[in-house]
Amino acid sequence: MNFDKELNARGLSCPLPIVKTKKSLADMTSGQVLKVVATDCGAVKDMQAFADQTGNTLLSSTEENSEYIFFMQKK
Amino acid sequence: MTTKKMAIIATKGTLDMAYPPFILASTAAALGYDVQIFFTFYGLQLLRKDLSDVMISPLANPAMPMPVPMPVMVQMLPGMESMATMMMKQKLKKHGVASLEELRDLCLEADVKFIACQMTVDLFEFDKSEFIENVEYGGAAMFFGFAGETDICLFV
Repeated sequence: MNFDKELNARGLSCPLPIVKTKKSLADMTSGQVLKVVATDCGAVKDMQAFADQTGNTLLSSTEENSEYIFFMQKK
Repeated sequence: MTTKKMAIIATKGTLDMAYPPFILASTAAALGYDVQIFFTFYGLQLLRKDLSDVMISPLANPAMPMPVPMPVMVQMLPGMESMATMMMKQKLKKHGVASLEELRDLCLEADVKFIACQMTVDLFEFDKSEFIENVEYGGAAMFFGFAGETDICLFV
């Protein structure tokens, strides 16, 4: 999937993946896609919850080699 | 959509109890909430510029997981608190949990408002110059001005 920016959240625990996702989205424009790679399994539900509550779109959420990869489109 | 609001009352100044207010506040701010934390009694310690004195004690804390079971008599020995604090900090770091300083900075960056209880500042004779700068001083009534309109209000 194409993306405009990548956030490396590997090794970070709650709430850092969410807080840093929010910060990364702040300087992006509407419609752009942020890729987030995290290793905290709690991030899977948190990223979905973040999308639900902020109106950004979680385009995909997958697991690959114990890493969680998210594509978040800014609203 | 109107902005949601959350208020937290932070009353504890130990390492373990310092985390919840900052974690919840930074997360809520990331979700778009307008957040205020009212620091009172021992929670005021969390506003110090230098947070290195924030410690955890195994004493009177029977739920704290210990690597080996430790009788209370041993927990009382000098240096045990420093040791427990050091071990806890190592554990937090190993698991990628942010430091208190980092979480506090993230809160401030996200415009979380910190209010220090003026009464307890006076009571404990705290020196305001030891506190970080982004703090407002006020009383319970001032806090209720915001808390009364919140969607979530927590006492920690």
